[in-house]
Amino acid sequence: MATILINGQSREVAADPSMPLLWVLRDIVGLTGTKFGCGIAQCGACTVHLDGVPVRSCSTPFSEVGAKSVTTIEGVAASDAQAVQAAWIEQQVPQCGYCQSGQIMSAVALLEKKPSPTDADIDTAMQGNVCRCGTYLRVRAAIHRAAEMKRASA
Amino acid sequence: MKHFMNGLQPKGVSRRDFVRVSLVLGGGLMISVVGCAPNSEEPFDAKSGGDPLAPNAFVRIDPQGRVTVISKHLEMGQGAYTGLATIIAEELDADWSTVSVIGAGADDKLFGNAAIGGLQGTGGSTAIANSYEQHRKAGATARAMLMAAAATQWKVPAGELTTEPGVVVHAASKRRAPYGTLVSAAAALPVPQNVPLKDPKDFRYIGKAKGTPRVDGTAKGNGTAIYTQDVKLPGMLTALVAHAPLFGATVKSFDATNSKAIAGVIDVVQIPTGVAVLADHFWAAKQGRDALVIEWDNSTATTAGSKEIMASFRALAGTKGMEIRNDGNAGQAIAGAAKTVEATYEFPYLAHASMEPLNCVVDLRKDRATVYNGNQFPTVDQAAVAKVCGLKQEQVTMETVFAGGSFGRRANPKSDYVVEAATIAKAIDGRAPVKLVWTREDDMSAGYFRPAMLHVMKGGLDESGTAVAWWQRVIGQSMMAGTMFESKDGKDASSYEGASDHAYAIPSVFLDTHYPTVGVPVQWWRSVGHTHTAFAVEAFIDEMARAAGTDPLAFRRELLAKDPRRLAVLNLAAKESGWGTPLPAGRARGIAVHKSFDTYVAEVAEVSLVGGTPRVHRVTCAVDCGIVVNPDIVRAQMESAIAFGLGAALYGKIDIEGGRVVTNNFDRYRVLRQREMPLVDVHIMPSTEKPTGVGEPGTPPIAPAVANALLALTGKPTRTLPFIG
Repeated sequence: MATILINGQSREVAADPSMPLLWVLRDIVGLTGTKFGCGIAQCGACTVHLDGVPVRSCSTPFSEVGAKSVTTIEGVAASDAQAVQAAWIEQQVPQCGYCQSGQIMSAVALLEKKPSPTDADIDTAMQGNVCRCGTYLRVRAAIHRAAEMKRASA
Repeated sequence: MKHFMNGLQPKGVSRRDFVRVSLVLGGGLMISVVGCAPNSEEPFDAKSGGDPLAPNAFVRIDPQGRVTVISKHLEMGQGAYTGLATIIAEELDADWSTVSVIGAGADDKLFGNAAIGGLQGTGGSTAIANSYEQHRKAGATARAMLMAAAATQWKVPAGELTTEPGVVVHAASKRRAPYGTLVSAAAALPVPQNVPLKDPKDFRYIGKAKGTPRVDGTAKGNGTAIYTQDVKLPGMLTALVAHAPLFGATVKSFDATNSKAIAGVIDVVQIPTGVAVLADHFWAAKQGRDALVIEWDNSTATTAGSKEIMASFRALAGTKGMEIRNDGNAGQAIAGAAKTVEATYEFPYLAHASMEPLNCVVDLRKDRATVYNGNQFPTVDQAAVAKVCGLKQEQVTMETVFAGGSFGRRANPKSDYVVEAATIAKAIDGRAPVKLVWTREDDMSAGYFRPAMLHVMKGGLDESGTAVAWWQRVIGQSMMAGTMFESKDGKDASSYEGASDHAYAIPSVFLDTHYPTVGVPVQWWRSVGHTHTAFAVEAFIDEMARAAGTDPLAFRRELLAKDPRRLAVLNLAAKESGWGTPLPAGRARGIAVHKSFDTYVAEVAEVSLVGGTPRVHRVTCAVDCGIVVNPDIVRAQMESAIAFGLGAALYGKIDIEGGRVVTNNFDRYRVLRQREMPLVDVHIMPSTEKPTGVGEPGTPPIAPAVANALLALTGKPTRTLPFIG
């Protein structure tokens, strides 16, 4: 049994240390917003934050979490996240939606690092998040819009 | 059903995000439906909310005024839920914020798709096309009943009543009744027939730029949308299957000793498609699968690789095939032509590679089963599950949840992965609900690919550069053979649709086909046959234009003079792209136009080479899909289809070596990513023609548009896909 911090709450979790964080979240803790896409850190659908840094949870063993704080789409609630989620609706980004939790987690992390990202910054930060529906233009527009909203409210 | 919902409630997620209701529909038939109610603050709940108004299979209005649309089409990203609800909301005059959508159960009678022979199914870009009139009537009927109830209540003629969103109004007496207050009175009235529909000039939502935001937008942005992968039932086991590495191989023997020793592994069973490991959760099942020792029987397996398969197609190029079209005398016309053009185009196998790898949940009980799935062919899958489980079809309930993409893959005529899930449930005698999960590698190695294809083309031009002859031979596996869609004469339109019926006015046109048998399973992929026919036709037209020394736009215009809708999108895309105006050095434009699923799309791609690699900067797209229900979704689908087609054109290729799929994950099967996405401008042709589809038709023109830009840039044709690798 290990104690981990998920979305600001301490949770007692019994899981094999080699189990990827993705499956701990989905199958043990019951948080299904984080998605399984490839299992080899190539698609970004499983992106969560560890101490605010985006990681691919499908390739992050549970043993690596330790005392780090885990944030998932269900718990991401900082002002950046609110702006991102509002911009996502405004720009009507999601189609099938399956990759969008990961897209949003990457976008929130980008904005925390770069409050006014350029197109090139967005392309670099989001290159690891595959969307087979091809919502990339709207992802980019929504990140710019979220940055704008944040600046306006600052 | 409570258990299902409870199992799906992560902390902070309220019930309104996931709603399930059972409804008694026409004929007393009990249909279960499951879905998402993102717009309404409270769930539709027939028990606590009182009886809803249920005038037909497609709409319910409860006493709180909440409107629930029952979607006969799967929501897999294309926007069907929003589009269908928009049509009903329009005629019902509903307040959009009160509208939710749930997936329908399986029933061909209630939910059949007229565009695919009455079979319930989502495909062929037909959701709006086959539902437009039907759903307008469904909404209008409900509105008429609410108005009739108000007329009775207020003792005024129904003709004096009007509606505002969600409210019946009697202007003369300034009385207003929210829909919910009229529901119980309306529900007691007979369902009227032949209710008049709105005059389109009065539309509030249909065709309006800011009309109806997606009903699934919120749930898909906060992690609460439920896909098959997220379904959790009490006691449910996760199953992973060790599939044969070769198509057609079977299990000779296996040893599960090590597998069963892994904590969490509950059972290991042999099934026709391999060996299934059932465990408490994915990770145990995965470890259990990795620990299996299996000896495969390869005696009936396919060992050919994709290179050998393509070589076998080339060997057929000189042999006469099954004739599809023969106007004039193409052979003679080419022999006598002033100039001839020849080209051979080769297309690889392609995976659908939806973001959600295939999966299916089957809860098998003694005398019934429930399937949770992104059901694209619900009744086909229902019948297949019934057969596997030894049940009657009506004993199988189909619960439709969101699909994380599909691009055609979840409409498998053989119900491949659904049958696999049911087979595992049956193999353990239904002792626990089973969630079959395919890994990405399973998903990409399982076949049902867009078939590899070869097009051999010859064209003839006269002295003035006018096209006089067109000769085409198409070689590739039939995707319909062996399915319910197989034609009696053996012709498979998915090999030649969009080619044999190309619109270019050329006096002699010949096309024939070969359907070699190869042991690699194949299936439709976003835009079906048009994925390759549009490329062959549109790239070859550019090659002919170049041989004629004519601008490719002008060359097309002349040959399309008698196809006004096609010509109109061609001209619109050309104009909006600035066709003919100067570009920065090193850039060129390419154009292509194609009709698929009755929708016309033209695209102009602006391309350069960066280190020898094509870079697509901008795509200008013109689309004519008849009446537009939701312009933003039309734009989104064009962007999506362009991204999908461009990714395939640049990188998409399933490689098979010695019978094994080697491109089995995103590291080796490259797809379009953020940086490679071009700017896309979509221009929608205003139209009063009946609505046609938009999910697929944006895909076919992009690959030839890019190839044609490369031809303009380099003078060299691109004849093998993908362009890179």
